[in-house]
Amino acid sequence: MFEALSDRLNDIFTGLRGKGTLTERDVDTAMREIRLSLLEADVNFKVVKSFVARVKERCIGAEVMQSLTPGQQVVKVVHEELLATLGEAARLELSNTPPSIILLAGLQGSGKTTTAAKLALALRKQGHHPLMAALDVYRPAAIDQLISLGKQLNIPVYSEGSKADPVQIAANAVQEARKNANTVVILDTAGRLHIDEAMMTELQHIEQRVKPHEVLLVADAMTGQDAVHAAEEFHRAVSITGMILTKMDGDARGGAALSIRQVTGVPIKYMGTGEKTDALEVFHPDRLAQRILGMGDVLSLIEKAQEQISEDDAKKLEKKMRTATFNLDDFLNQMRQIRKMGPLTQLVELIPGMRGAMKQMGGAPDMNDKEVKRIEAIITSMTRQERQNPSIIDGSRRRRIAKGSGTTVQDVNQLLNQFKEMQKMMKQLTSGKMRLPKGFPGK
Amino acid sequence: MKNLFRRRSTPEVTEEEREQIDHAVQKTKDGVFNRISDLFRESVITEDTWDELEELLIQADVGPVTASTLVESARKDVEREELHTSVEAETALRRHMVEVLGSDEHEPLEDMETGTVILMVGVNGSGKTTSTAKLTHYLQRYDRSVYLAAADTFRAAAIDQLRIWGERVKARVVAHQQDADPSAVVFDAVKAAQQRGVDFVIVDTAGRLHTKFNLMEELQKIKRVAQKSNPDARVVSLLVLDATTGQNAILQAKSFLQTVDVDGIILSKLDGTAKGGVAFSVYNELKVPIWYIGTGEKIDDFAPFNHLEFVNALFETR
Repeated sequence: MFEALSDRLNDIFTGLRGKGTLTERDVDTAMREIRLSLLEADVNFKVVKSFVARVKERCIGAEVMQSLTPGQQVVKVVHEELLATLGEAARLELSNTPPSIILLAGLQGSGKTTTAAKLALALRKQGHHPLMAALDVYRPAAIDQLISLGKQLNIPVYSEGSKADPVQIAANAVQEARKNANTVVILDTAGRLHIDEAMMTELQHIEQRVKPHEVLLVADAMTGQDAVHAAEEFHRAVSITGMILTKMDGDARGGAALSIRQVTGVPIKYMGTGEKTDALEVFHPDRLAQRILGMGDVLSLIEKAQEQISEDDAKKLEKKMRTATFNLDDFLNQMRQIRKMGPLTQLVELIPGMRGAMKQMGGAPDMNDKEVKRIEAIITSMTRQERQNPSIIDGSRRRRIAKGSGTTVQDVNQLLNQFKEMQKMMKQLTSGKMRLPKGFPGK
Repeated sequence: MKNLFRRRSTPEVTEEEREQIDHAVQKTKDGVFNRISDLFRESVITEDTWDELEELLIQADVGPVTASTLVESARKDVEREELHTSVEAETALRRHMVEVLGSDEHEPLEDMETGTVILMVGVNGSGKTTSTAKLTHYLQRYDRSVYLAAADTFRAAAIDQLRIWGERVKARVVAHQQDADPSAVVFDAVKAAQQRGVDFVIVDTAGRLHTKFNLMEELQKIKRVAQKSNPDARVVSLLVLDATTGQNAILQAKSFLQTVDVDGIILSKLDGTAKGGVAFSVYNELKVPIWYIGTGEKIDDFAPFNHLEFVNALFETR
């Protein structure tokens, strides 16, 4: 959907090559693209303004103006500025005298309860004894949700039902933690609008009562321009000490995080990267910067692949490729696994530089459901012997396979040819004769 | 002009709806769009005026491309028609904003045939369960009966959440165990509703990120099963979209559109300071219309989305 910024800048500068040095007007054109790209990534427009001004100042300097590859130089400057703005990954600052108290706050639906469980699990893995406390007495079944997550993870949950006062629950939870020697208390508060005065006052009261060591704002990576308003209000009310960015497993470019970081100065501490309770990661500034730039997210692609293909499978496959014993059975398995990862066109989007390459080739290879099903039908109509050794498939076998799979002999021929090509490619790839496309990761 | 802005009439709710929409956009009015009107009140329109105008739209999450298109169109009209006054210019922009949103004519849910199945879909935390309860209450006001299907069998306590809402709105909730097959829940709910001649089955599906292929396939299956359980039933898919969402809303809508052919959008959480400008971009790029808006935490904070009134209310200053 969105063109990668690097593709765009390269387009702009391609026409300027051989012209010697760039003019300030050329730089302005590039700045317009950067502005647009950041706005599309949901970076707040005020933040975009100051950001672009900083980048421009650096770009007018010699390193870009006299470069032979100004497009790449500009991207480099933008990337560096993004990293500088996002800051280093910050750790949780827990108290020396337990229990440490962590207060989670945020808008409705940002993912506080799920994050509470994820955080508790992560802390337990570090040797802590966490206690979760259910302070959301408003949303129906929010308490049940936390209790149920606690049961799943075998982590204790303190709750007093939905009739109690959240401030009191918080205080009692801390008492309970002291009694049971819990080292961390995670307070899961109700989602609230930053303009809801009564609810913001409640949050302040909770903070004043238990004096948390960490107040973490849980923010949805998909939030738009309004993210800064909400964050500012929360920060004003309870002095936020860190941010957890949720739903990073989607394809939002996450510009809101940059805005919140810039406006409040609060560091980003964790990212939520999936629905499972262990899908919480320490914040990676570099990955977010790449995403905001629309440069694809290779790590996400690798993770996606890992989700579907076990290490064992991968090793087996690698061996088969090396020893050239890759047969039609493996081909079928392979195809099924790739399909589990999602449509090919979507995968291609995750690879930097691939988008441009695909455009030149006239679109991504079409591997739709129908085609996959046809290939599946053809292969499953073969005998085991035929699958393992396709060279024995002669004319009469081809006719039988076509009949059995409801396809034509031409279809069978096409598949067998494709498979032969694939085998050839694998031999080249494993013997190192084939080079990966330019711009491929691992340069 | 008066005729152009006249709305489809449902007299018994008009006033209430208007109040709710007004209430919802109050914050917006006080903010960005108030300033748009102010801009046009300045007598001389300069280059800066248009730039600022574009920025104000971007700030409302309209998106840089759509914002630029809107401003350019308004600007061309102002130049071509040699308009001078700020009021004329404001009307030009207003007209284009309404145009982008297209027609708000759609068959009202409350008029749909008995047996209609409504799938509530959307990403995690967009407000599907709350919107399900509100929509139930809304349909009940038209004396239509509703069954609820607890198809979010994944998230902890999601079934309980729907049950509590079911008790509050007095609608029967068809549910299985946690981690059960959501399609089976839908099958049971549709069959039960069919036997008893219940007007609607509203299916509260689990939140899913539109990039999760398996979960999107599961959603497709839910729709398929809903249709198979009652081949005569109409299956309507409503995407619940959080008004605070930025440009990712377009990708979300696109993906859900491809998966379950979204008929309309419920724009939730319009009671904050988010401008919901994303509605412009979504319609502009995908032509998926907004049908309803969620305007608060109460059960009746829910209203049909009226484009003309919405845009008009955005421009109202006093």
